[in-house]
Amino acid sequence: MTCEEARVLLHALIDGELDAGNARHVETHVAGCARCTAELAQYREMRQAMRGTNLRIGAPDALRSRIEAAISRPVRAPAPTRRSLLQGFALGTALSAAAAASVVFVVVRSDQDQHILGDVVSAHLRSLQGNHLTDVLSTDQHTVKPWFNGKLAVAPPVADLAAQGFTLVGGRLDYIDGKAVAAIVYKRRVHVINLFVAAAADPGHTAARGEVVQGFNTQRWSDQGLRFIAISDLSNDELREFHTKFEAALRAGA
Amino acid sequence: MMLAGRRRSGRVRDARTMTGDVHDPARARRFRDLALPHLDEVYTLARYLLRNTADAEDAVQECYLRALKHFDTFRGGAIRPWLFAIVRNVCRSAYAQRSLGEEKPTDDALPLWNEAPETPEACVLRQRDEESIRRLVSALPDQFREAIVLREINDLSYREIADIIDAPVGTVMSRLARARAMLRAAWQSAEQEGRQ
Repeated sequence: MTCEEARVLLHALIDGELDAGNARHVETHVAGCARCTAELAQYREMRQAMRGTNLRIGAPDALRSRIEAAISRPVRAPAPTRRSLLQGFALGTALSAAAAASVVFVVVRSDQDQHILGDVVSAHLRSLQGNHLTDVLSTDQHTVKPWFNGKLAVAPPVADLAAQGFTLVGGRLDYIDGKAVAAIVYKRRVHVINLFVAAAADPGHTAARGEVVQGFNTQRWSDQGLRFIAISDLSNDELREFHTKFEAALRAGA
Repeated sequence: MMLAGRRRSGRVRDARTMTGDVHDPARARRFRDLALPHLDEVYTLARYLLRNTADAEDAVQECYLRALKHFDTFRGGAIRPWLFAIVRNVCRSAYAQRSLGEEKPTDDALPLWNEAPETPEACVLRQRDEESIRRLVSALPDQFREAIVLREINDLSYREIADIIDAPVGTVMSRLARARAMLRAAWQSAEQEGRQ
């Protein structure tokens, strides 16, 4: 683990948000690094100082009574429409039209899709733990692509996106929905992107669709008989950018 | 074949099960019993986000009215994150209207150690009083202030914060890391000023 990674993860450690394995990794790094040890100690002190102080700001009594009064004589709502329902739902999760669209999608998502996205998240998480991010470790697309020969029924395309800010790290075999798929691994800064590639049922092109699953952003699309799912903790915008650049690189290469 | 599923075949909840009569006094009572105990925390978030008493009061009142109106979309579970998401939305539109939005620094464009110079182990953070910590928190840029208030003051989990700010958990973690780095730097420089 590098200092840069530890410096972010030690916050999750302080907050008790790491599982035992990752907590141990961070602790091991911190134990061997004077600078991270000092940081951890300071953040713990700061946290303790904040917890030991009342930083909440109580609501004024007048506000409380105004709200109580407003609640007890509400206006009659207009007849609910499907549209207003979705808006209401969107409101609760905090949002723009785009996010509302994804909420609709979440509502109608089938069990099968959930199952596959669940597999994708698990595969992504597994790849981040221990030393199994890649089976073939190379920044050279001409090394990574042939590595899949004979291991899969498809030849996954591997694009070099270094100039676009996405570094190719390597590839590995993974399993989604009980089937072997190619996982091509890219990095942007410290963020890992797993791009899963498998054969598609039909050869058409479908536009990319983004979705948040267990906190990870995903992008899915299909093209030329292949299905692609990219997953990362990158922001949605950056993952979309990845998809755009990846498709553009394939077009340019074809 | 990875994504063979028919994605339109899922069940959509019957619209009628998701709404109720806003006029129903039992419903209003249920809402009050659930939501009103969190008024202080909701107000705290609004105060830190808007940094102004009158605006925060308006935002919180608007939040509760909206929450009551959409109470049927609340599906049980913890009501606090739901209320925070609503008040945050109200605060953000208040921002937009007043065009008070600050420059938003990007999340992770800079490495963390740009926030603070080398910190010798000996440099211990001194306990500060309530008012000065509040000032330090209030001085943080929007999204970092929000992360600190949700985590340190209102005590939410990363998952809950991610839902509230509509971002991945990884973003919450890196944002908190940056927010604390900024806060620590401000804390230290406040101490140095205090010594001089």
